[in-house]
Amino acid sequence: MMHVLPYLVAAWVFLVGCYGLATSRNLIHAVGCLAVCQSATYVLLLAVGYRDGGTAPVFSDLEPGSRPVVDPVVQALALTDVVVGATVTALLLALVVQVAKRHGTVDPDELSELRG
Amino acid sequence: MSRRLRMWVLALGLAGLAALLGAACFELPDFGGDQHPYGDRAVRAALSHHTANVVSSVNFDLRALDTLGEESILFGAVLGTVVLLRQTRDERHVEPAPARVSPPVRRYALYALPVTLVVGLYVVAHGQLSPGGGFQGGVVAATALHLLYIAVDYRALRRIRPVGRYEVADAAGEAAFVVLGAAAMLGGSAFLANSLLPYGEFNTLASGGTVPLLNAAIGMEVASAVVVLLARFLDQAVEIEESPKPPSTPTSRE
Repeated sequence: MMHVLPYLVAAWVFLVGCYGLATSRNLIHAVGCLAVCQSATYVLLLAVGYRDGGTAPVFSDLEPGSRPVVDPVVQALALTDVVVGATVTALLLALVVQVAKRHGTVDPDELSELRG
Repeated sequence: MSRRLRMWVLALGLAGLAALLGAACFELPDFGGDQHPYGDRAVRAALSHHTANVVSSVNFDLRALDTLGEESILFGAVLGTVVLLRQTRDERHVEPAPARVSPPVRRYALYALPVTLVVGLYVVAHGQLSPGGGFQGGVVAATALHLLYIAVDYRALRRIRPVGRYEVADAAGEAAFVVLGAAAMLGGSAFLANSLLPYGEFNTLASGGTVPLLNAAIGMEVASAVVVLLARFLDQAVEIEESPKPPSTPTSRE
């Protein structure tokens, strides 16, 4: 079981985020749910890169070859993921600010009519 | 579609997705396994380029072109936020009032400010050696400036934060990355190839070739981007408010 548990956790976090996104009654809450969905990708990436007994792939205080290290490629991908996630969140929140100003509500169910 | 029907569609979709993801998990290589061909090659490449932090080497040497794309996403998002959160015609600008801050908060925030700034610069400068780099250090450095908002008030923050200059610095950081990439081409190598500078002595500040320079460019861009982003959101919260007298047409838009 242990050999798939982290992957299942990633899938579970993703599904929880999707559920929140679909049932959300508040756009700010929906942006938060999207961040939860994205967190699933961090768990998945880091789980894919883990090696038993591995340490961080940083050799400033580690003799190269003395210990196994975890996969640095997926760690770099996770960093990219975090940066893109943060910027997209900022952009979406800016959109929510404008929606709240123009329509006076942040409930997606009340935003059905087309205006402008 | 009624809410009830929508919930059924959602339940069906989530159940199907859960089944597929669950089945896929059992097909993946075992967690903690020893097979990491890309990781092994990245470690070897980083060591041959004298970069102690392999994650930095992946980001700023092996996959530097991807980082340029990532940086451009950040740049585009900041641009979009600046456009979205500008002052519109039916809004007015109010002068923020001075705020009273309790003395302990003021004291500790003012102590923390220089320390945080130095930590941010340290994290940027040591990106090629220890965990960290331009992205992380840039965010820390930008946070340091905003401690002034907590310690004093919004007007004090505004004085040390001419947003226009940070917007220029944001663009300059992005441009520096491209220029460093093009410089490698002029040197007779591929775009963003780490061939411009000697690799230096392993595990010293001047090691890793162009990795520290690219880290500095990213650090400048990220710090400026965070400052500009937060400035726009803070403006909305503190300075911009709706005009007291609405225009005569009931739902006017520009």
